Parts: sequence; C-alpha cells; structure tokens
Amino acid sequence: MKKNWWKGVAVLLLTYVVFWGLLGPTPRQPILNESIRNVYFHVPLWFGMVILLLTAAIFSGRYLRSGNPEHDRVAVEFTNTALVFGLLGCLTGSIWANFTWGEPWPNDPKLNSVAVGMLLYLAYVILRGSFDDEQRRARISSVYNIFAFAVFIPLIFIVPRLTDSLHPGNGGNPAFGQYDMDNQMRMVFYPAVIGFTLLGVWITEIRVRTWRIEAYIEE
Amino acid sequence: MSESMRQIGALMRKEFVLEWRQRYALNGMLLYIVGAVFVCYLSFNARRGQLTPIVWNTVFWIILLFSAINAVAKSFVQERAGRLLYYYTVASPLQIIVSKILYNTVLMLVLAGLGFVTYAFVLGNPVQDIPLYLLSLVLGAVGFAGSLTLVAGIASKAENSATLMAILSFPVILPLLLMLLRISKSALDGLDRSLSSDEIITLLAIDAIVLVLSGLLFPFIWRS
Repeated sequence: MKKNWWKGVAVLLLTYVVFWGLLGPTPRQPILNESIRNVYFHVPLWFGMVILLLTAAIFSGRYLRSGNPEHDRVAVEFTNTALVFGLLGCLTGSIWANFTWGEPWPNDPKLNSVAVGMLLYLAYVILRGSFDDEQRRARISSVYNIFAFAVFIPLIFIVPRLTDSLHPGNGGNPAFGQYDMDNQMRMVFYPAVIGFTLLGVWITEIRVRTWRIEAYIEE
Repeated sequence: MSESMRQIGALMRKEFVLEWRQRYALNGMLLYIVGAVFVCYLSFNARRGQLTPIVWNTVFWIILLFSAINAVAKSFVQERAGRLLYYYTVASPLQIIVSKILYNTVLMLVLAGLGFVTYAFVLGNPVQDIPLYLLSLVLGAVGFAGSLTLVAGIASKAENSATLMAILSFPVILPLLLMLLRISKSALDGLDRSLSSDEIITLLAIDAIVLVLSGLLFPFIWRS
C-alpha cells in the first residue's frame, strides 16, 4: 500500500480537475467563452504525452546500456500510452477548434507537426512488428525511439514557433499563461498536468505487469 | 586521432571505389533524378517559367527527397553480410558511420547539384539569391545524409526494408524539409538574408542533433 500512494493522488487530482474544472470560475474571454475549460483537459494531455515520451526515450537508453528486456518493454508501453494520450489530445483539440476556430482540423503548423509526430511513433510500432528476433527488435527499436524523440522535440516546439499559428505561444504570440490564464485557472491546470501524467504512468504500469505475467505463464 | 582520421579516409575511399566499380548504381541514381525532373517538366505541360515560385521550389525539394531516400537506402544493403563482418573486426562503428555519412553527403551534394542544374535548365531559374539557395542545398545534403544514413542502418536490419525505409524516413526528415523549404523560398524571392538567419540556425541545430545522435546510436545497431 505504501508504494501505491501516487495512484490515490492521481484519482484525487483528476476527480478535483473534472469537478472544479467544469464548475469553477473562469475568466470571460471573447471567443473562447466557456470552452476555455478545455485548457484543463486538452493541454495537460499533450504535456502528459511529452513527459511519457521522454520517459520512454530514457528507458530506451537504459535498455541500450543494460540489455535488460524489462527496460525495453517499459519503453514500449510508455510509447503506447503516449500514443493514446496524443490521440485523445487530437480529439479534445478537434472539439475545441470546431467551436473556436470554426473547423475541426484547421491548417495550423502545430496540428500538422503533431500529426507528423504521431506518424513518427506509429512507424515505431511498425518497426517493432518487422523483426522476428527479440533481442535485435529490442535493440534497434530502442535506437529508433531515442532518435524519434530527438526529432519530435524540434518538430513540436521549434517549427511551429517560427511560423504563424493559431495556437497561443507560437508565431510570436505570448504563451497562454501570460494573458488568459489567471491564478484560479492555474489552481486547476497544474494539478491536471500532474494528474494526467500519473494516470499515464499507472496505465503503463498495468500493461507492463500484464506483460510480466504473460511472460511468466509462457515459461 | 590522426590514425582514426586516416582510417576514416580509407573507409571513404573504399566507398568511392565500390561505387565506381558498380557504376550502374551511380548512373542509375543520376538518371533517376534527371528522369524525375523531366517527368515534372512534361507534367507541367512544358510551360517554362510559368510556375509560381512556391510550386517550383516544393517540387524541386520533393524530387530531391525521393532521390535522397533511394540513394541512401542502399548504403547498407549493397555489401554482403560477410564483408560487413570483416569491417566489424577492423574498424570502430564510429568510423564506419562517419565515413558513410561523409560519403552520403558527397553523393547528396552531387545529386543536388545535378538536380538543380537540370531543373533550372528545363523549368527556368527564378532564384534571385543563388548563394543562399546553394547554402540551403548544402545544409540539406548534410541533414539528409545524416538522418537517412542512420535510418537506412535501422531499416536494413529488418525484413521488408524498402517499405520501412520510406515510413521511417518521411517523418524523420520532415522538420528538416520544412526548414529547407522556408530558407530556399526566401532565397527564391531574393528576400533579405537576415530574415532567414533564424531558420538557418534552427537547421544547423537540427543537423547537429541528427549527426551527434547518429554517432552515438549507430554502435548499437552495428553490433547486431
């Protein structure tokens, strides 16, 4: 039980985020109106995804150093969870964009970058599928995972900032924190980031444990 | 240090000799890019000088991208497993990847130069700032060679490596390609060079990241 306190924290934080995010006071913004509450769900999902992918890259690096198949499995599951988060981020973003920008998938550099980023990691899944030898699969896909993360970061953080984007924080716009996020919103936003990240770690942990049990049964 | 430089030189010489002995492959690549350019020329209904700069530039870089993928993809598959094992015993992986990247850079420079000349010859040359455009070609050659060489190494270890090469390299190359398109577009329009400095710095940074990572990660691929 001592080890599982963070799961309780995740549940508490996310319950708080869902209730207070939907009920709590928010600043009135012209076009955003009530849809500003999506900041509590859409943005933390992306933050969570980047954190999960970073962890996956770190575990890939650890695999290359140790050769322990466990590390490779952890990296895979973190990538899978991150892909799910990315998909949810796209969905919540689409709903939001539909109401504020007029269409579900506007031609925006950040969206396109993220779509390419998803392709990058889907290619990772395909790459894993095309090996028979397990050690070789683990080693080569670890190499690719690290490489993919190094490409992913400039893709989503640097490229959109150099062009005009609808997203705040890009194309010379100030980041959202500076003008439309007041302290009341931060009280929900930061817990949401932590909560969603913990949820991702939790999902990953369950998947890794399932894998461990399956491997044990096969033996 | 000078010893390892000498070994890298020897490995590069080996790449060139190998390429020269299999001249059909090299000629194939050269013909590939010329053919692609000519197909574009005919597809645009041979209307020279009527393309808008955006179309001109984008089509050129896409031709270059596909030739690059085709050219680099074979850098690990053209030699037999036994010979690779021999290299494994005589050289360090870092030397192998450095020599392959350098060789591919030279190859890309040749392809890009030839592509640019034929492209400008048949479709007209609207570039106003040629030195900047050439700089973007050089940066592109280094970046393509750096990232595609590692991807080719990864893909060559898997089955159906041709498909894998394509799906792995498209997303990896995209940030690079977007930056290149932007720089070359400003060169095309003859905009002031200070406007492109941001992009050039970003491109140099991406090139550097890709090269360092290739050097760090290649030993792990090589071992298997």
